[in-house]
Amino acid sequence: MNPNYYLVLSVILFTIGVLGFLLRRNAIVAFMSIELMLNATNLAMVNFSHVHGNLDGQVGTLMVMVVAAAEVVVGLAIIVTIFRTRRSASVDDANLLKY
Amino acid sequence: MTPLIPMATASVVAFWVLAPLAVLLALGMVLARKPVHSALSLAGMMICLAILYATLQAPLLFVVQIIVYTGAIMMLFLFVVMLVGVGSSDSTIETIKGHRVAAVIAVLGLLGLLAFTVGGTIQRAPVGLDGATAPFGGNVQALADLFFGRYVFLFLATSGLLIIGAVGAMVLAHGERIVPKLGQRETAARRLQAYANDGSHLGPLPASGVFARHNAIQTPALLPDGSVSELSVSKTLAERGAFVDADELRAPTREAFRAISEARGHDAGELE
Amino acid sequence: MYLLETVVNPVAATGLFQWAWLMIAIPLVVSGLLMVSGKIADAWGHLLATLAVIASFVIGLVLFLDLLGRTEADRAVRVSMWELFSTPTFTFRTDLLVDQLSILFVLLITGVGALIHVYSIGYMAHDERRRRFFAYLNLFIAAMLTLVLADNYLLLFFGWEGVGLASYLLIGFWQHRKSAAVAAKKAFVVNRVGDMGMAMAMFIMLTQLGTVNFAEVNERVSGMSSGMVTLLGLLILVGACGKSAQVPLQSWLLDAMEGPTPVSALIHAATMVTAGVYLVVRSHAVYAQTPTAALVVAIVGTVTLLFGAWIGTSKDDIKKVLAGSTMSQIGYMMLAAGLGPIGTAFAIFHLITHGFFKANMFLGAGSVMHGMDDDVDMRHYGALAKAMPITFATFAMGYLAIIGFPGTAGFFSKDHIIEAAFDKGLWFGLLALLGAGVTAYYMTRLMMMTFFSNKRWREGVHPHESPLVMTIPLMVLAVMSIIAGALMNNWIGGWLATSTGFHPHEMSLFKVTPIGWLTMAVVAVGVVIGWWLHKSDVSDTVPATRNPLVIAGRNDLYGDAFNEAVFMRPGQGLVSGLDSFDRTVVDGAVMGSAGVFGGLSTGLRRLQNGYARSYALTMVAGVLLVAVVLYLGRLA
Repeated sequence: MNPNYYLVLSVILFTIGVLGFLLRRNAIVAFMSIELMLNATNLAMVNFSHVHGNLDGQVGTLMVMVVAAAEVVVGLAIIVTIFRTRRSASVDDANLLKY
Repeated sequence: MTPLIPMATASVVAFWVLAPLAVLLALGMVLARKPVHSALSLAGMMICLAILYATLQAPLLFVVQIIVYTGAIMMLFLFVVMLVGVGSSDSTIETIKGHRVAAVIAVLGLLGLLAFTVGGTIQRAPVGLDGATAPFGGNVQALADLFFGRYVFLFLATSGLLIIGAVGAMVLAHGERIVPKLGQRETAARRLQAYANDGSHLGPLPASGVFARHNAIQTPALLPDGSVSELSVSKTLAERGAFVDADELRAPTREAFRAISEARGHDAGELE
Repeated sequence: MYLLETVVNPVAATGLFQWAWLMIAIPLVVSGLLMVSGKIADAWGHLLATLAVIASFVIGLVLFLDLLGRTEADRAVRVSMWELFSTPTFTFRTDLLVDQLSILFVLLITGVGALIHVYSIGYMAHDERRRRFFAYLNLFIAAMLTLVLADNYLLLFFGWEGVGLASYLLIGFWQHRKSAAVAAKKAFVVNRVGDMGMAMAMFIMLTQLGTVNFAEVNERVSGMSSGMVTLLGLLILVGACGKSAQVPLQSWLLDAMEGPTPVSALIHAATMVTAGVYLVVRSHAVYAQTPTAALVVAIVGTVTLLFGAWIGTSKDDIKKVLAGSTMSQIGYMMLAAGLGPIGTAFAIFHLITHGFFKANMFLGAGSVMHGMDDDVDMRHYGALAKAMPITFATFAMGYLAIIGFPGTAGFFSKDHIIEAAFDKGLWFGLLALLGAGVTAYYMTRLMMMTFFSNKRWREGVHPHESPLVMTIPLMVLAVMSIIAGALMNNWIGGWLATSTGFHPHEMSLFKVTPIGWLTMAVVAVGVVIGWWLHKSDVSDTVPATRNPLVIAGRNDLYGDAFNEAVFMRPGQGLVSGLDSFDRTVVDGAVMGSAGVFGGLSTGLRRLQNGYARSYALTMVAGVLLVAVVLYLGRLA
């Protein structure tokens, strides 16, 4: 089977993630969109690993997962903190830093 | 060694089943109005990807994706969704003028760009990972060799990253106490004060009702005159509509008593 | 006559000479100390400053005695200090040169300087900023010593600017008076013109000779083209004119009298204003190569000596009369310096005697002012000889010295110059002679108006003699005014021979030449006229006159008007033109472009709307843009 299909799937998932980030105002969903993008790239890396017969891609994927875990922990903590003070989880409400 | 052809066939089947499913679930994540649905869609998509990893000869990632990603991270998401408000759903009205149209155009452009540049890069048949894993006796052992060999410093750095992340999350989530903590003495004093002011009940709230077949927390207790005590059920449960009608609860008992007295031939009202 | 044997290579410093830098360092350190120490030093600052100058004087005296004991070839000593900076082509060092010429200056500066410090203790006793005054005085002493001890033109220039700064600070010492502040500024600005000449002269030396060291310049200057060397001589003269208040840069000196009187005595009579003469004498090898420039020096000196004398005859302000006299006497020195080797030694001789008697008279004038409630108008004086006997007696000695009374200091030094001028040319001699007569006239006028004739004191003024701390320096200077000439007459020419390149014949103390007799006669005429015109009542108001010569003299010979018309007005016009150009065109362009960018920014900052999603959209658009650009680049 053509390995490029995996890449195309990865591209589609990635752009859906971008779309989600651009359209959704809920900070948690925006965060999920970012996770989706990370997963899309993970798929591409695993695929490359398979194609080239080299495990480095899988190592990279694991690293991405670790970083994503750390990022999610901190990011969600930030969301909770913001929610606690502003009673809102909308990214548009946190718009004080502007012109 | 497993022959390539059956594997390829299985993976082709898996791909054509899972790929549309993953895309649909991803779209579902973006389009669902409730964050909970988004989170569940994303979890599903991740499981799809996990299976695809398995077909791509990455058994460790398959497991990690399910356990760590879907199991841990997504549940963390759900947990935060619960904290922030399960019921709230986003409004569909776009607040930034022209943003939605521009975003869709930009994303289509990005899709075209990525598909054009990345979509056809691989020009050869997959080599497969058997050659790479065979010397170590398996995928996990091969990855372990890389992690504890060539990438050991990277591996150590991630431990630092995780610790920093954990500490950061604790610092951020830590709430500063702005009123003094109430002790038993203060609580008691406050309660007596309330009693002095408006005669509020001094004792504990009444326990939930205990019936022959029900003693759940949403069952109301009965006062001596047979009326229902509103205080015996949590306000939240009552508002959610979990309040159970006392008469309904009493009905089976009454039915039982009636049957017994019919069987004895006595007056039905005596025992009641 | 122009001999190259004058080039002397200084010997290296040994023994005491290695400590010559202390002469500069001590006053400099004390000056800095007094400036930063604040009120703590109010009680003893003036004493410390005086001690510093005396210490420098003692060191100078010891070095002088050492030099006296040496043979002529060893009398120029280079004190090696450190390298200031160097370029691949040039090296600039801060070496000091102690030779016959500079040691005389050191003794004059520190000797007269010490006396004036002592005098100032009394004169400034009631000034609340006395400590600062002494700090400035010490700064001046340090800078002036740097000037005369320098081994090269660059270090000399450091001292040159230092004395300019000290002069500025001290003229404007009473800066609360607008006239003092303006006078200080004027002195500073006019001096800059001279400094420009100095700087350009150094540039020429560097490009043509590759050095600014005195000895090396003297050695190599004969190799320069005659045009260049003339230009160099004229530029040095411009510098000398600025510092020494010679025509045409004379206008600042009269205004500089706004400073405290000890300052006028030290800086604007005895030492700093003679720096120009020092510079010309130092550069004698340059002038030896260029008769044209030397002639210009002599002409400038002659014009200035008459100019200053003219002003001196018409002023009523005692300090301005003395200032005019200073200009005139420096004119004599300049004339002598321009006469070539024959005159340079006399220039220095007159410089030193003038330093004594003019400092004496300035301090005497200060003493008079002290007794007359700081009034400087001679028309308010009169008959002070009895009220201030010591001041009168010392002043009279200075008077005798300046008019050239036989046997006094001025007699020897000035006569030599007049004789040398006659040697150079008849006109120089006659004009110098005329100057001597006019000098006798205006000094007699000053004496008569101040110490004799009728009392014209203002109400409430009670003249009294000054305290001893002021009169003792007067006495010392008065004695020097009388005897310095006789002491040095036969000695100084030989002493300065290697520095000036001229070996004069022995001059007799008592043999008077025909020109000497003539001079005495002219001086006598001047004295008699001065006495006759002022022997009886003198008006206490300025008499109206239509005599254009008097009016011109009272107006400083229109020096300010000339400067104003020729330099200031066109300068102001140019500046205001440039200013409006700057405001409209330059500022317009700047502000206009700023406005354009400001408007653009106001529009662009709307993009900074605070929505993270907008930023993300921008990012995606940017990615696409970069990709498109890269793709087009690949296609091209």
